Order: sequence, then structure tokens, then C-alpha cells
Amino acid sequence: MQPDYAITAKDLTKRFGDFTAVDKISFEVSRGEIFGFLGANGAGKTTAMRMLCGLSLPSAGTATVAGFDVYRDNERIKKRIGYMSQKFSLYEDLTVKENIRFYGGIYGRSDLFIKEQTGYLLQHLRLEKEGNTLVRALPLGWKQKLAFSVAIFHEPDIVFLDEPTGGVDPVTRREFWNMIYEASAKGITVFVTTHYLDEAEYCNRVSIMVDGKIEALDSPSALKQQFSAASMDGVFLQLARKAKRTEG
Amino acid sequence: MEKIQVNGIVKTYGSKQKKLTALDHVSFTVKEGELFGLIGPDGAGKTSLFRILTTLLLADSGTATVNGMDVVKEYKAIRKQVGYMPGRFSLYPDLTVKENLAFFATIFQTDVNENYSLIKDIYEQIAPFENRRADKLSGGMKQKLALSCALIHKPTVLFLDEPTTGVDAVSRKEFWEMLKGLKQQGITILVSTPYMDEAALCDRVALIQDGHIMQVNTPADVINGFGKKILAVKSSDMLSLLQLVKQMPGVLDAYPFGEYHHLVLADEQVKLDFPGEVTVKETAPDIEDCFMLLMKNHAA
Repeated sequence: MQPDYAITAKDLTKRFGDFTAVDKISFEVSRGEIFGFLGANGAGKTTAMRMLCGLSLPSAGTATVAGFDVYRDNERIKKRIGYMSQKFSLYEDLTVKENIRFYGGIYGRSDLFIKEQTGYLLQHLRLEKEGNTLVRALPLGWKQKLAFSVAIFHEPDIVFLDEPTGGVDPVTRREFWNMIYEASAKGITVFVTTHYLDEAEYCNRVSIMVDGKIEALDSPSALKQQFSAASMDGVFLQLARKAKRTEG
Repeated sequence: MEKIQVNGIVKTYGSKQKKLTALDHVSFTVKEGELFGLIGPDGAGKTSLFRILTTLLLADSGTATVNGMDVVKEYKAIRKQVGYMPGRFSLYPDLTVKENLAFFATIFQTDVNENYSLIKDIYEQIAPFENRRADKLSGGMKQKLALSCALIHKPTVLFLDEPTTGVDAVSRKEFWEMLKGLKQQGITILVSTPYMDEAALCDRVALIQDGHIMQVNTPADVINGFGKKILAVKSSDMLSLLQLVKQMPGVLDAYPFGEYHHLVLADEQVKLDFPGEVTVKETAPDIEDCFMLLMKNHAA
């Protein structure tokens, strides 16, 4: 294993029958890096993420996450990563504190750790008064910030964020990215997908998937230069319009 | 003529002890043939308003008309004349593409052929998958089918609740092209979206946050009304740059904006000194800048 890399993938492939969802993708993500994983709907992002999270076995190729092999050590990978998606991450009918305790417990943290860290976390999010509130009753922006905090509560090496800011207001969206920066500064590697292309600019490096393949991978400024585009929006559109396969 | 009129609509949920105001005295009008955008984040109250206007939910107070008819008293007539595409996929998952379309046509006592010209451009894109079950369609195809079903009875007013949420940038652009085509056929469209960049594609927009309409205007006039100078700055270390500019006197607000940080200046006279390696340029506000300023003013 390469100690400097949080994630390595070499020719990683996933086939469903005769459909190749992910087609020989290769890349490395450094420790503490904020890595944007972009692609149109149906490009293969979710399938690739599922393999990296140890939820789906690859058809071919190799990959390591937090130094563990995705074939042999997928259970150990799950302990070293955090995951958050827009659609599901917190239990709506549990309170804020119960959600923290639940996830802390699942990831094997001690009662003492959970107790100490819960207070600190609620204070940090300015949610001290909402500890016993059902998550259902929280505004979306708070929910998303709490979900992110819960996803990194067990101090994982890597956190996977699947469209974490969809539908969030512009102020909260920026506060959310501030939290991503804080996590990255603490050494947590951030692997993030988004449909907001201005957010691609906030990543250290960005990969763009088209029809199962990674068609571009570099820093936002280098990508804009490479594609002679003024913004990441322009880069994305040039690549995504090349897509041949009809999604689904 | 006004196709939609909303006057002082209030909608609350929950009990007396814990009341949530979803819509707080909302008023605006949509003119015939207009493509009108309701722009705001999740939880702003957009869906409640759509459900009230499509006669599926009763407001606590206030009145509203669609096609000149009252949403409470004349709900039956309204239902025949409007098309509604809810945010959640609302077609029958176990019917095929073709069956779904035929089903909705039948409900509205018409058939697929009668108004086919209206949906032709959209439906042709999914016609190759006509015999596929709706639950086996991709996101983009589901969206096209839902739009076709909402149009099959030739509504005069179309309500689209967050049609582009979770959709990638390319498909979003395609969807707005379709809306432009429908507008040209004379249909009045009320569309909601959390994506601020889509505001520019509407004739007029209402910016909504926490159940409160902060402004109704053309996209150009929203931007013209910003009234503050914005500087866009960037350097090799964006995080420290943000800390630095937030401390500068005369800077009302500073936040990341794509590859730059935007600095909202207190007035024209503010002069700022930046370290040599910082790139600085004056820039026009974006709808998102306007939305954030309005949010801030509203909170204050």
C-alpha cells in the first residue's frame, strides 16, 4: 500500500451482465485531499462509490481505501470511512442526540467518547438547545450539517459525500463547505459528488466521468486551461455532451 | 390577463405549541404566457404553495385564483385545466411508458393522439422505450415521461415543482429548452427550483425563503436592484484570503463564489489594499449574491 494515498484505484471495473457501468478507472486520492467526483446522471459515479465503500465487489481491477483492499478487507474499510448522502443519512424519528449516539455506537466508539464528543459537537453546530429535538423537525440546512458531523464523528480516514448540498440555501451551502475545509485540515480525506459546478472549484482536484470512464482529472484551474473554459461549468458541459450511452 | 393570483396566503403546520409557518402572507401574480420561477431552497414553502394552487391543500387564510377561478370554490374546474408535475416521481411504476401516458389521457377524457403535437418533441425522446416499465427508467427519462403526462390534456397552466432537482447540468439545460418550447405554445408555466442559476431563464421570478417572498421581479431587475459593488478576488491560498478579506473595513460580506471569493462593499468609496499575489476584479452580482443579501436583510 502507498501510505500517502487515502484511495488508490487501478483499472477498477464493474459490469452488470453485458453492461459496463464502471470501465477501468484509475486514480489516487491523497490524504487530506478534497476530491470532487463529477459526472452526468448515469455516468457510473454511484457504482464506483459503492465499490470504494466496500458495498459492491468490483468485476476487475484493484483498489485500496485507507490502505485496505476492496476485495479482501471490505469490512475493515467500512470502519475507516464515513458516508453521507442527500437522500438518507439521519433517522428522522430519532432525536439529534439519539442519532449521534446511534452512529457512534455502530462505529464502536465508547460511551465515554460519545458523551464527551456529543456536547462538543452540539456546541460547535450551535445546536445545544436542539439535542432532544426529533431530526424530522430540523430545517434542512441544519440537518445536512448535522449529518456531515455525524458522518465524521468516529474520526474516519475518509468521508464520502454524495450530493450533500442538494436543495440547500446558498448561505448554508457555503457554511457546509467551510465544514468540509475544517475536516480536510484535520487530515480527513473528502470524496464528494455534486451537481453544483461552482462547488467543483472548491475541490483540490476534480475527476469527470463520462460513460463509465474518467475522461478528465486535474485541479480545477488546470482543467479550465486544458478545455479552454472560463468555468468548471464549461468543462463539464464539453465532456458530458460527449456521452453516448443512454442512462439507465 | 392574470393566470395565477395569490393574495396573502398563509399556511401553517403542527400544533399550537409548535407551529411551523410554511407560507407567510404570500402574494404575487403570474401573467398569461409567462414562465415564472419560484426560486428558493428546500423548506422555503414552494411545495405547499404548489399544492394550494393545484387545489390539493387548503390554506389557513388568504385567497388564490388560477385561470380566474377560486382554488377552493372552483377546484373541480381548475383540475381540468392545469397540469401538475410534483417533485416526487408520481407516475405508476408498474405501468409502461405508453400505459402511463394513456392512463393520464383517459383520466382527462382525451386520448394520446388528440394533443400529441404538444408533447411530440419531448415524448419522441422516450418513445424508443415505450414498453419499458416506468420504474426501470433513468432519472432523465422519468422526468420526460412525467412532463408528457402533465401535458397530455393540453393544460393552460403548468405547475412544475422542482423538475430539475438532482438532475445533472446537461439534463437541466435540456429541460429548460423544453420549457422554452412549451412557453412558445402559449402555456403559462410556474416552475420552482433551488438552483439559483435557473432564475436567469425565467421571465420573472419570486425569491422565497422561510415561507416569505423576498422579492418578485425580472431576473435582470433583481440584479440591477442589488445596489452594491462586488469585488471578485482569488489567490493561491483561498482559505487564508477569505479570513483576510472578512476583516477588512468596508467589506459587508465575503464568501466563496466558484473560483473567486465575492466581497460585497459598503459603498463605492471603499478602497482596499490587497497583497501583491491577489487577483482582484470588479464583477456584476449574480442572482445568488442577490438572494444572500436579501436573506441577510430579512434575518436582520
